[in-house]
Amino acid sequence: MKVRAQFALVFNLDKCIGCHTCSVTCKNVWSNRKGIEYAWFNNVESKPGIGYPKQWENQDIWRGGWELVDGKLQLKSGSKVSRLLNIFANPDMPEIDDYYEPFTFDYAHLQNAKLSEAAPTARPVSQLTGKKMDKIKWGPNWEDDLAGEYDKRAKDVNMKDLEKQIYSQFENTFHMYLPRMCNHCLNPSCVAACPSGSIYKREEDGIVLVDQDKCRGWRQCVSSCPYKKVYYNWESGKAEKCIGCYPRVESGMPTICSESCVGRIRYNGIMLYDADRIEELASTTDEQDIYEAHRSIFLDPNDPEVIAAARRDGVPDDWIDAARRSPIWKMAMEWKIAFPMHPEFRTLPMVWYVPPLSPVQSAIDQGKLPTEPDGMLPRADAMRLPLQYLASLFTAGKEQPVFDALNKLMAMRSYQRSVHVDNKADTRALDKVGLTEQQAKDMYQLMAIANYEDRFVIPTGHAELDLEDFHGFQGQNGFSFGNDSSPGVSVISLFPTRRKEAAEAQEFPPAAAPVGDES
Amino acid sequence: MEFLHNFTFGVYPYIAVTTFLLGSWIRFDREQYTWKSDSSQLLSKCGMRFASNLFHYGVIGLFFGHLAGLLTPHFVFAALGLADMTHQWIAIGAGAVFGGACLIGAVALWLRRMTNPRVRANSRRADINILGWLVLTVALGLSTLPISIHHASAGDASVMIRLADWVQSIVYLHPEPTLLQSVAAVYQFHIFLGMTVFLFFPFTRLVHVWSAPFGYLSRAYQIVRTKRRRIAC
Repeated sequence: MKVRAQFALVFNLDKCIGCHTCSVTCKNVWSNRKGIEYAWFNNVESKPGIGYPKQWENQDIWRGGWELVDGKLQLKSGSKVSRLLNIFANPDMPEIDDYYEPFTFDYAHLQNAKLSEAAPTARPVSQLTGKKMDKIKWGPNWEDDLAGEYDKRAKDVNMKDLEKQIYSQFENTFHMYLPRMCNHCLNPSCVAACPSGSIYKREEDGIVLVDQDKCRGWRQCVSSCPYKKVYYNWESGKAEKCIGCYPRVESGMPTICSESCVGRIRYNGIMLYDADRIEELASTTDEQDIYEAHRSIFLDPNDPEVIAAARRDGVPDDWIDAARRSPIWKMAMEWKIAFPMHPEFRTLPMVWYVPPLSPVQSAIDQGKLPTEPDGMLPRADAMRLPLQYLASLFTAGKEQPVFDALNKLMAMRSYQRSVHVDNKADTRALDKVGLTEQQAKDMYQLMAIANYEDRFVIPTGHAELDLEDFHGFQGQNGFSFGNDSSPGVSVISLFPTRRKEAAEAQEFPPAAAPVGDES
Repeated sequence: MEFLHNFTFGVYPYIAVTTFLLGSWIRFDREQYTWKSDSSQLLSKCGMRFASNLFHYGVIGLFFGHLAGLLTPHFVFAALGLADMTHQWIAIGAGAVFGGACLIGAVALWLRRMTNPRVRANSRRADINILGWLVLTVALGLSTLPISIHHASAGDASVMIRLADWVQSIVYLHPEPTLLQSVAAVYQFHIFLGMTVFLFFPFTRLVHVWSAPFGYLSRAYQIVRTKRRRIAC
C-alpha cells in the first residue's frame, strides 16, 4: 500500500443554475491573456449538447484517454513509438475553430464614430488576426440553455443509444448544466502523453501541472486529455491547463471557481488513495465496472492501518484529519451519490458529480408521474432526464448506481419535506433506499444548507516540509536575472520575444475630461 | 576574393559552430521558456500532415545523410568495402529523395505561413525568414544534383572526396579552404547557406531540435514530483 492524498472536488449538479460565475472568475484570475483567451480552464456546458470544444466526448474523433490493448493500458492515441513518429503533425489535434475563434469588439468605435443617421455598432474583431469578423460563428457556450438546432445538439455522444426523436419534442425535452474543469486524474493521460515529461502530478496533493519551462509544445497532451482540458497557448507555444488554484489551495482556500460558486454546488476535500493500485484498477476489463473499481482505490481515513500507512508515507496528520472530515468521502463513499465523469476514459478523474434531479412539480400536480410512497416526489426512473443519459455520462452506461443515487436524493427530500411541511417525520422513502434519519439529516446539512466550512475542508500545504532552502531564495522574488518570477522573456533579449501585446488594432476612446475640472 | 573565400570556408564555419553551440547553451540556460517547437497547428491544421511530415522527415534524412557521408573518414569507407562511386550514387539517391521531400514540405509550409491569415498574423519575422532560408538552402542543395550526377557518370568522385576532406579539415581544427577553390560555385553557395542555418539556429525556433524527445520511449507513463524531503524507510 502506498498512501497518497488527493485534492478532490464534487459538483452537485442538482443545484447548478448555469450562471457561469465559476468560468468568469477563473478566466479573470488565470487565463485572461493573449494566446489562451480561447481557453476556459473552467466552463459550463448545457447538456445535451456537443460541448466545448466541439464533440470533446467523442473519442472516435480525438482518441483521448486510455484503452486496453491485450489487457494492458495504452493511450488511445497509440503506442509510444507511433505517437513519436506522428509528432510533427499531431493527427488528433483540435483546431482553434473546434473551440472558437477568439474575438473582442471594436468598442472604441462607439465613441469615435462621426455623427451619423444610424447608431454606430461595435463590430467583432478576431483576436487571432486583428481583422474585423463578418460573423461570430461559435463560442465557448454556444449551446447555452439548449440554444441552436436540436439535430446538432443531439450529436452529443451520450445520446447515441437514446430514441433521439422523442426528446426533440418540446414536452419531452430535457436539460442540465455540466460545469467542467481539469479532473486532476489519478491516471492522467496528459502526463502519460507528454514527450518531454513536462507535465506531472504533485505527490502532496495530486494537482496536475505543466512545467512551463520544460514544455516544448509537442501538443500531445492536448489531444490525449479525453476531457480536452489542456490547452495550447498559441502565443507562448506552451501547454496550459487548470492549476487547481494551487496557490489558494496551499493556503487552505478553495479554488476560485468553488469560492465564487453562487449555487454553492462545489465541494473541495481530501481523499486518501492507494497509489500502488492505479494501474490495476484503471485496467478493469469491463468499462461499466470502472466506477466501482475507482471507488475501491480510496482508503478509509478512519482505518487505523490506513492511518499508520499514511503517516509512514509522509501524509501529515492534519491532512489525515481533513480526509476524515472530507465532504468528498461522504458523497462518493458513504452515500454513493457522487460519480466520476466518463470513467470509461480510464484516467480515474477526481472531480465527481452528484447527478441532477429534474424540475417535476407541475407534472406531478397534473398526475402525470408515478410517485414515491409519499405521493409528492416522482420516482427516479420517471423523471424528465433519461436515466440512460446520466448513466452514459457517469457510469459508462450502468444505470443501477445512478438510479440508486437519484432515489437517495429524492428520499432525502421526501423526508425533509415531511419534517418541514407536515411537521411529522415520514421515513418511508428513507427506509426504501436504506438511509437512516441521521444520514438524511447529514445529507441535508451538507447539500442543502452547504455551509462554507462543510463544503471546503482543505488542509494547508506544508511549506516547512518542502525541499527548498528558504535562505537560498531570499531576495529572489521581484528581482532576478534569470527567468524566475518573470513572464519568461526579458525586455532586451537576443531570443524571440512576445509577438505583440494584442493582435487586434488598438483604437482608444477619447480621453474623458478630468472630473471636477469646471474651468 | 582570395580573402573572402578563405574567410568563408576557413573562419566562418567556426563562427557559425560557436554561435550554434554557445548560443543554444545560453538560451537553454537563461530563456528556457522560449525553448519550444512553436507549433502553429492549432491555428490551422489544413495540409499540416502532408507538409510538416515531408519537411521534417526530409530534413532529418538530410542531416544524418550529410553527417554520415561527410564526417566518416575515408579509410572507414575503404575498410567497409564501400567504393567511392557507390558512395557517390548513394549520396545522390538519398539526397534526391530526402531533399525532394524536404523541399516540397518546406515550400508548402512557407506558402501556408505566408497565405493563411491566422498563421501569417502570428508569424514572427524570424519564423518566416528561417523557413525561407531553409527552402533556399535545400533548393541549392538539390541543384547540385545534376553536377554530381555528371561527375558520377564520368566515374569521378574527386569533388565529393574534396568536400568531405574540407568538412573533416574543419573538424580537425586545421581548415583547408583551398580544397573548395575549384568546386563549382553552386556547392559553395549551398555550403555557405547551410553554415548560416547553424548561425541562425539559437535565435529561432530551430532550438527544439535539441529537445527531440527520445527519452519518452524509455520512461514510465506517469510522472510524480514532490517537494518534500524523502523520509528514510
